[in-house]
Amino acid sequence: MKLAYWMYLGPAHIGTLRIASSFNNVHAIMHAPLGDDYFNVMRSMLERDREFTPVTASIVDRHVLARGSQQKVVNNIVKKDKEKKPDLVVLTPTCTSSILQEDLQNFVYRASLESDADILLADVNHYRVNELQASDRTLEQIVKFYLSKGHKQDSLSYIKTIQPSVNIIGIVGLGFHSHHDLSELKRLFSDLNIQINLVIPDNASVDDLNKIPQAWFNCVPYREVGIRTAAYLHKDFGMPFTDITPMGLTKISTFIREVENILGKLGKIVDYTSYIDTQTRFVSQAAWFSRSVDCQNLTKKKAVVFGDLTHTASMARILHSEMGVDVAWIGTYCKYDTDWFKKEVSDISDQVVISDDHIVIAKLIKSTDPAVIFGTQMERHIGKKLNIPCGVISSPVHIQNFPLSYRPFLGYEGTNQIADLVYNSFTLGMEDHLLDLFGGHDITNLAQTNSLSTVKWSTEASLELAKIPSFVRKTVKKNTESFAIEQSLDVITVKTMYSAKEKLQS
Amino acid sequence: MTEVATRLTFECETGNYHTFCPISCVSWLYQKIEDSFFLVIGTKTCGYFLQNAMSVMIFAEPRYAMAELEEADISAQLNDYQELKKICLQIKEDRQPEVIFWIGTCTTEIIKMDLEGMAPKLEAEIGTSIVVARANGLDYAFTQGEDTVLASIAQRCPRKETNYLANKKQSLAKDFFENKSYRNQYISNNSFMPLVIFGSLPNTVTNQLQLELENQGIRIKGWLPTQNYSNLPIIEERSYVVGVNPFLSRTAATLMRRRKAKLIGAPFPIGPDGTRAWIEKICSVFSIKPHGLVDKEEVIWRNAEHYLKILRGKSVFFMGDNLLEVSLARFLIRCGMIVYEIGIPYMDKRYQAAELNLLQKTCQEMNTIIPCIVEKPDNYNQLERINELKPDLVITGMAHANPLEARGINTKWSVEFTFSQIHGFTNTLDLLKLVTKPLLRNNIFNSSEAVLYTSKSINTKL
Repeated sequence: MKLAYWMYLGPAHIGTLRIASSFNNVHAIMHAPLGDDYFNVMRSMLERDREFTPVTASIVDRHVLARGSQQKVVNNIVKKDKEKKPDLVVLTPTCTSSILQEDLQNFVYRASLESDADILLADVNHYRVNELQASDRTLEQIVKFYLSKGHKQDSLSYIKTIQPSVNIIGIVGLGFHSHHDLSELKRLFSDLNIQINLVIPDNASVDDLNKIPQAWFNCVPYREVGIRTAAYLHKDFGMPFTDITPMGLTKISTFIREVENILGKLGKIVDYTSYIDTQTRFVSQAAWFSRSVDCQNLTKKKAVVFGDLTHTASMARILHSEMGVDVAWIGTYCKYDTDWFKKEVSDISDQVVISDDHIVIAKLIKSTDPAVIFGTQMERHIGKKLNIPCGVISSPVHIQNFPLSYRPFLGYEGTNQIADLVYNSFTLGMEDHLLDLFGGHDITNLAQTNSLSTVKWSTEASLELAKIPSFVRKTVKKNTESFAIEQSLDVITVKTMYSAKEKLQS
Repeated sequence: MTEVATRLTFECETGNYHTFCPISCVSWLYQKIEDSFFLVIGTKTCGYFLQNAMSVMIFAEPRYAMAELEEADISAQLNDYQELKKICLQIKEDRQPEVIFWIGTCTTEIIKMDLEGMAPKLEAEIGTSIVVARANGLDYAFTQGEDTVLASIAQRCPRKETNYLANKKQSLAKDFFENKSYRNQYISNNSFMPLVIFGSLPNTVTNQLQLELENQGIRIKGWLPTQNYSNLPIIEERSYVVGVNPFLSRTAATLMRRRKAKLIGAPFPIGPDGTRAWIEKICSVFSIKPHGLVDKEEVIWRNAEHYLKILRGKSVFFMGDNLLEVSLARFLIRCGMIVYEIGIPYMDKRYQAAELNLLQKTCQEMNTIIPCIVEKPDNYNQLERINELKPDLVITGMAHANPLEARGINTKWSVEFTFSQIHGFTNTLDLLKLVTKPLLRNNIFNSSEAVLYTSKSINTKL
């Protein structure tokens, strides 16, 4: 048992439901007690979906406990088959069905005899995998199922498209800005003269999956979902893939070079150099922003980054390499994929944090005392308490992170969005200076609040402290107080402050 | 469905409907009982639901947490008692609650974790009260969670004044009597009726209802739950109890059977009609002739005319998810609406008897169809019926609200009725505001040039 107040990652069935409901005309039936269909509320609320979420429950109640589901699950599947005529029904186990250990595979078999739809049992165990792993697995499972079905029925189309083409794998409902990202990816590929063969699972029909092998290569924009599918397609169909996330200028360039490379190997020699150059210089404002005087103010300011794998790694890269921000530490809650993460970010910061305990993260943020946080909604709230600004860069998120306006994180437009996000998150440079110059609006009783100990600040020293720019003021205060304690001083005078500073510099 | 019935009809469907898990009661009960801590013993599924359903509340360091079961707990490789002890000690150290509620979930039911057996032992060992409530989705829907918790607390109410309590009261009374103005008031009013009201309501609402009763000369002995666990009301044999919410049938049964209290079966104080009937029933039990109630109700209705104009003649469909449906339907029929269907998760005809009578009477007086009450509804069938009936308003959960709106059907999110102040005379207008908001909004949209905001045309099948 674990005492838990908050989770960064949902249970496994959420991952499966996200995949199933992202496909077109696929229905998920959860084997779950009443009330476990909260997923529908999230789809309907967060994504403001106009359609009924294609998820229903085959309710586990007292009778099921006593007698087993017996005909119930089969009936529910067959009923849904008649009502909605889905192409595929995904029977989704939950934590409850994990313990009940009913033979769900048998229900699937029996139901498939009576229904027109294909029936699959999602191969996920509540106690072994989380939401993201489950979505990765379910996607792979569905793709595998239809490719082997297509293989048997001889309906797979192996012939590659005439023009270079790509499958985008891993665009899933309730993903962080993923629909905006998809538009941006489509634009990017169209600029590169690469056709989109298929987007999976977003709005794809399962019949379309037969077309997968037609594409020249696969693109997995997010580390969290799609990687297993891409690896499988690579192994069994020899399809190359790129798993570079085109987020931030550096990574976009690497991504495009990788595409160039893949196409080259397939016999299509392309050179995207001038495209990268034009885009970087004129479409994206981020490169110019980094050069501009504004961004100078950000130099060496301290930030911490925390979230999922993809966004955290990319965001830290942007801050570190493109904006000159000092990333004090970088962390993820995806404990299951830490090797990849550490490899990605090891050069950015010495401190890589792997934790899914928000209390640990809160303590760490407090002790680091950064000028800005980039994290999830939880970090935003931690920041609120500590009075540190926070830019939200990763799930878990609230409804305000499903914006109506166009807000991609990927591609060249994404770089603009990110630059805005970063810039707006920091206290504006000029404002900061002017506030300090004119005494600011927060100088009263500065010394007396949040003091380390019983050390007193003399009036003069307090005034002197107020003159120090606010973003370093807290540090100066802390250092001076430690110094005073070390020297066994009761009162901090202006002289003490300078002695402390001198000592630190020596 | 549309055939005209002369009496109430009841149907029961498949139970494939959307509702909140009953553990959601934690979100309002931890706020109500201020010295409590709620520990939900369940899985990530429960935790995920709670943190999303409670949304922003979760960031306010709520006095609630999950005891998250891991694989080793399920396969009994770990000792439940030791694990719970570890967690409860930590809670005790961090938060010093007066009571820890253990909320049993589906998982603890299935693996048959003996929470009721462990609680008294652990309680003695760590010195903090532990109350067990099995609010799981196998047995209950949404608000019934509160019912399981209150039924458990009911057993903990003191039977008579202990010496300690008496002393405490005396010393309190002493302080109290030093204050002159209070003294006079107290002396004139010190006759407490042997009546305890059960049901968790925000403190402002309990004060309002208490005041209504005091106006009739009824001073109650207390509420279940109280603001503090350490201050539960005394329930003696043959004391009277009365409920404020329709979903409290287990609590009522517990009070009657285990505590030998007498239940006053009354309609619920939702809407001015319900409030009046509730007070009148209580008065009749204590042989008090109620005064001023008829006038009061009339004034409230008159003041609400602005809203009633919007509602009259409009039809409404309750998909059913929180057990408030019968009372709300009765109120809306009195407002002049036509109710097509009252979906409800669970219908206790005995506990709700007075409310059902009032519903039938209201229909007759308003000369309108008597709606069918559909227990354990099937949401899919209901959507078919909604498509056929095209009601002016559907009261439903969030899972269906946006898709229905996209099809041109006005919806009101049913959960709001659970979290808003809807009881008593005072809150009538707020209740009406909730109901009329979607209708008003639609008027605004239709009166302007705005194109319909849906992707589908209204004629599209649901």
